[in-house]
Amino acid sequence: MSDSVLSGKGITKVFGFGDKKTIAVDHVDFDFHERELVSIVGESGSGKTTLVKMLLGLLSVTEGDIYFMGKKRDISTRGKKREYWKGIQAIFQDPFSSYNMFHKIDSVLLDCINMRGGAGLPRSKKIEMMTEACGFVNLKFAELTNKYPFELSGGQMQRLMIARIFLLKPKILLADEPTSMIDACSRATILDMLLQCRDEVGMMIIFITHDIGLAYYISDSVYIMEHGKFVEHGSADDVILNPSADYTKRLINDVPKIHAPWDFGKALG
Amino acid sequence: MAKKMLEVKDLTTKYITRFRENIYAVDHVSFEVEEGKTLGIAGESGCGKSTLALSLMGYYFPPLYYSGGEITIDGRNISGLKPDDVRKSILGTEIAYIPQAAMNALNPTAKIIRFIEDVIHAHDPKKTKKDIYDLAKERFEILNLPSDVLQKHSVELSGGMKQRTVIAISTILSPKVLIADEPSSALDVTSQKLVIKMMYDLMNMGYIKSMIFITHELPLLYNVTDDIMVMYAGQIVESGSARQMVFDPVHPYSKGLMDSIIVPEEGTRDAKLTAIPGTPPNLKDPPKGCRFADRCKYVMPLCQTSFVTMRRFGELDDDGNAESQRRYRCIVPVHELKETFKREGGLRNTGGAAI
Ligand SMILES: Nc1ncnc2c1ncn2[C@@H]1O[C@H](COP(=O)(O)OP(=O)(O)OP(=O)(O)O)[C@@H](O)[C@H]1O
Ligand SMILES: Nc1ncnc2c1ncn2[C@@H]1O[C@H](COP(=O)(O)OP(=O)(O)OP(=O)(O)O)[C@@H](O)[C@H]1O
Ligand code: SF4
Ligand SMILES: [Mg+2]
Ligand SMILES: [Mg+2]
Repeated sequence: MSDSVLSGKGITKVFGFGDKKTIAVDHVDFDFHERELVSIVGESGSGKTTLVKMLLGLLSVTEGDIYFMGKKRDISTRGKKREYWKGIQAIFQDPFSSYNMFHKIDSVLLDCINMRGGAGLPRSKKIEMMTEACGFVNLKFAELTNKYPFELSGGQMQRLMIARIFLLKPKILLADEPTSMIDACSRATILDMLLQCRDEVGMMIIFITHDIGLAYYISDSVYIMEHGKFVEHGSADDVILNPSADYTKRLINDVPKIHAPWDFGKALG
Repeated sequence: MAKKMLEVKDLTTKYITRFRENIYAVDHVSFEVEEGKTLGIAGESGCGKSTLALSLMGYYFPPLYYSGGEITIDGRNISGLKPDDVRKSILGTEIAYIPQAAMNALNPTAKIIRFIEDVIHAHDPKKTKKDIYDLAKERFEILNLPSDVLQKHSVELSGGMKQRTVIAISTILSPKVLIADEPSSALDVTSQKLVIKMMYDLMNMGYIKSMIFITHELPLLYNVTDDIMVMYAGQIVESGSARQMVFDPVHPYSKGLMDSIIVPEEGTRDAKLTAIPGTPPNLKDPPKGCRFADRCKYVMPLCQTSFVTMRRFGELDDDGNAESQRRYRCIVPVHELKETFKREGGLRNTGGAAI
């Protein structure tokens, strides 16, 4: 197996204390490898986003250790955190929330180049890189310059997000429900671009979703999360076609299908 | 022949933007729904599904305006009614509408029973609170919703319970048509199932007479509906039975859409998704010819210059019913489209597990 890029042991997140205590993530272990596409699947409130935020270093870890590229992660200073973020990036469900509304599109992309140590490059080179990144996601850079994020359509914003990743070339990409609430065709476009981006950049992708069909289609391996715990993990075929946990079985049973009948009986009891 | 609950003919509505541009988000849309049937509507984000729902109710408030066409509910022509009359005599009794994200739009300071009073009073201002409560309690019990929900606030309810409550409130006056816009997309699969089950119950018990179901989730649409209509850039591009649409689409856009279906079923993982490049045209200034032309891989010069109409095709059904014939909007004959698809390997999702 290829090298581990991100792993964790006993990762736990507790919010609040006393009566108000919520264990959002409860002693989870994981080991993600280079170029792997991993999905984390679970229902609303199962702790997916909380885990993502801990992996990104946006939330403190209550208990447990995270290892990045084989070494224990250290993000104790601002500088170390910035260094870590060169290796791990995220895209979220709501594309509008990921941008600073007051920064023009070109400066959003320019920041990515600077972050990758390209600040000193000649301007023509930078424009060439931004044009390439936009072309990669079927956007025209010339049409975006001087525009603000809110002047783009939802679909353009989503593609811009992927253009950013193309420039940042992180080792790991965390994608938290980036395709929910969009139509199947546009979803296919985004998935296509993400997979191409992975092949081009050579990154590993952690895909967060509650759509078990989607997880089955795109992933190498799948982790199933229930109430903050991983109840099952393995290759996509193993987990989806031969689930062992009752929770996984229920998720698969309850999702509408097109070949097998959608069985009402079991869930409704 | 079954009774027609809803008949729509050439319905056209537009948004007038602050720059005085006309955006025809619903453009000559015609279809019908029979008693006891569920019609599904799918299509790319921004193709006009929600606008169509608003237009069907005659709910015209700026910037949305009526532009032409007719709507008949259970034999009664309701086109051209004033918004005030719509509220009094249409909403709730003829048509109920559950907007996209409705469940999060409930006023958090009011108890559920207040919403029901509002719905009933808009139609019958004299009804007493006691009568309303009794009616609501009975309906909730029949639908397997705990009646103590009536005295709760929306924030106290889980997502699935909130959505089921919203549907129960909207249908309290037993409307002839229920329009549900993405009623379950924000829910987990198990709650989603309960919501759908309740919609079935409403129909089976006769509290609603027909249903229009709008969603991006095609496997769900396939399971819930009798017929499916695919919209593209303000127009219908194809309609047929749910089974025909999912397993035998003929319009190049519907084919692309059905090829994008993802389900956790054996074999569906091996066939690669193929995305349709490009984006839909701007409805401010739509192309004269086929609106799908700049994304269609079968495009010919004629597609861009000729106005493409809806055409019927297919067999009459067992009862000799012409209405059950399918319709599509493309200049290429059906058999040529089908042969082309077949040559290219057929539908992505039928290569796998047996049907
Ligand atoms: N900042 C916070 N303070 C207290 N509790 C929180 C906080 N953030 C999340 N939680 C709780 O942690 C649990 C897990 O939430 P999380 O958002 O991680 O779930 P999720 O799997 O991402 O759900 P969804 O599918 O709805 O996005 C929930 O019970 C939630 O209420
Ligand atoms: N208030 C408005 N003013 C001007 N144009 C509008 C307005 N609301 C919607 N539109 C435009 O009308 C078209 C149809 O929008 P509509 O919301 O009906 O699409 P939809 O099919 O429901 O999309 P979705 O799947 O994202 O819900 C879009 O192009 C949209 O930009
Ligand atoms: S009319 Fe032409 S461009 Fe339009 S869908 Fe048919 S083949 Fe494609
Ligand atoms: Mg989340
Ligand atoms: Mg809509």
